[in-house]
Amino acid sequence: MPDPSAIPTERGATAQRSEPVIRLESVFKTYDLGEVQVQALRGVSLEIAEGEFVAVMGPSGSGKSTIMNILGCLDRPTKGRYFLDGVDVSRMTKKELARIRNRKLGFVFQQFNLLSRTSALENVELPAVYAGIPPEERTRRAMEALTRVGLAERAGHHPSQLSGGQQQRVAIARGLVNRPAILLADEPTGNLDSRTSVEIMDILQTLNVEQNITIVVVTHEPDIAQYAKRNLLFRDGKLVRDSLVQDRFVAREVLKTLPTVEQQAAEEALEENKLPA
Amino acid sequence: MDFMNTFRLALRALARNKMRSALTMLGIIIGVGAVIAVVSIGQGAQYLVQQGIQAMGTNAVFIAAGSNRAGGVRQGYGGVKTLTVDDMDAILKEIPLIQQAAPALTNRQQVVYGNQNWNTSITGTAPNYFEIRTWPVQAGSAFSDEEVDIAANVCVLGTTVEKILFADENPIGKTIRIGNLPFRVDGVLESKGQNVTGQDQDDVIFAPYTTVQRKISGITWLQFIAASAVSQEASLAAVGPITSLLRERHRIRTGDDDDFLIRTQADIADLQNQTQATMTYLLGGIASVSLLVGGIGIMNIMLVSVTERTREIGVRMAVGATEDDVRSQFLVEAVTLSMLGGFIGIIFGLVGSALISNFLSWPTLISGKAIVAAVIFSAAVGIFFGYYPAHKAAQLDPIEALRYE
Repeated sequence: MPDPSAIPTERGATAQRSEPVIRLESVFKTYDLGEVQVQALRGVSLEIAEGEFVAVMGPSGSGKSTIMNILGCLDRPTKGRYFLDGVDVSRMTKKELARIRNRKLGFVFQQFNLLSRTSALENVELPAVYAGIPPEERTRRAMEALTRVGLAERAGHHPSQLSGGQQQRVAIARGLVNRPAILLADEPTGNLDSRTSVEIMDILQTLNVEQNITIVVVTHEPDIAQYAKRNLLFRDGKLVRDSLVQDRFVAREVLKTLPTVEQQAAEEALEENKLPA
Repeated sequence: MDFMNTFRLALRALARNKMRSALTMLGIIIGVGAVIAVVSIGQGAQYLVQQGIQAMGTNAVFIAAGSNRAGGVRQGYGGVKTLTVDDMDAILKEIPLIQQAAPALTNRQQVVYGNQNWNTSITGTAPNYFEIRTWPVQAGSAFSDEEVDIAANVCVLGTTVEKILFADENPIGKTIRIGNLPFRVDGVLESKGQNVTGQDQDDVIFAPYTTVQRKISGITWLQFIAASAVSQEASLAAVGPITSLLRERHRIRTGDDDDFLIRTQADIADLQNQTQATMTYLLGGIASVSLLVGGIGIMNIMLVSVTERTREIGVRMAVGATEDDVRSQFLVEAVTLSMLGGFIGIIFGLVGSALISNFLSWPTLISGKAIVAAVIFSAAVGIFFGYYPAHKAAQLDPIEALRYE
């Protein structure tokens, strides 16, 4: 199905610099559930350089959600150290972590998690509001981010007036508005149909190539992982495989092979003889 | 996040559930509205009473004969025979703070005119009594000092007595019978209405005190002395000197009780203030109960709101909201709710008291203090009852909150 064409860029020169964006040093995470102690992570060490596009994979219970939470500074490791952009965040207070999430991280969720009855523009502005950026500047930045995901003309729409794919694009724009070091996407295509999924991956690939944004995607779909440059496989709380993607998918090429929504509609209409030939 | 942003956010969140917000505010609205209305009615009544006291003469000092103890048995006020006209003269002579004084004693008698009769109180006094009590004669004239000296059978009627005995007839110059004696009616007093305790002050006849002492009561002493001081302050300042003078004149030993009682208008005003303070505490109690109920309503709704918006809180935290940001968001929402309720309550209270004074013609007086207190209290209620839900929201774990369905 997909055209396994060449990967446009290999890891760029910027990725070769000494300090990686993410560095985990033997990270452990143990959940204390009273009687039992669950070891979600058992000594994970890894580095992710600037400009990388990494897919985190693994079956449920493998620790991939836990690693996502720790990378996203929503949780702290029980043991080990986590350097984000050169700063040790593993022992930070909740307040400091909130600031780190705000400035250094962009989140994209499976459920989109946009605020309902709030316009796309205001949703995108939200992280900038908490960063204390003045109103005119944050509106400008939010419009810029919406333009990058191709939704500038939908800025005034509420989430309920947008399709799933559009909502996810708004969420991506929200993730970008504070110009973070990394964009973390947790099952970003989990709630989308296959064509929309590829469109979302296209946006992520474009951002990765054109803006050199570091992207980490958590997914259980091998197809989706093929759009990344590097795959990390987790099992039983350990990183069991770290591999560069061979025959990487390029979303833009894949899209050409898929019928557009309009084409589909047109074909269906033709079949029913509802359109003049 | 700055305050204006938080405030705008709160307004939007409240506007999202208009019905719910309105019902939640209702508790505060009713509480504050009721307090404002009741306080303005209370203040209106208070104002009337104060005017009444003023009408009695704010400088007045009353000296009543007290009780004495005869072999352990205490008699009531007016029971002693020691208060005399000589006492009154001594007070006028020796205490310059006292400007005027009139002697008085009362006696209940059956009064008859034509085929009408009535039982009323006969007060024996001197003409200046009417000045001290600022009580002018509306028809005819008061009896004179000469008539007092000769103990003449003349009298002045209160309007109640006049109406009962004379109906439409002109009473001036007519003769009525008090007890067994004929009295000429010299004048009729202006109506004074009810006093503070609701007693009809016009159901009275005044006659020279000499006449009442000698011909009706058959006594030589007085029951009270109505005096007036040079000023309101002087009326209070005069109490001490009068007390020592009378104790000396009545030969009361140190340590024994006074055989008289001194009352000033200032005392009565004090009593009024105490009554008002009691009323204020009572209203404050009612207000705090209703605000408590309103506050619990707010807390309840805010808890529901926090639960409903768990996911929103998770998203906000993920994109960088600190605990403080989340806490202040919900706190500002609760305070906005309660203060909005407070403001609407004030408007309802004002409209309510305006309606009451219009339709029931009760006097009302808007109290600025009550309005300020209402604003402060409703803000306090919002902070107090909003804090727990807001704190609960701030303590949410972003991971759990994001996963919340």
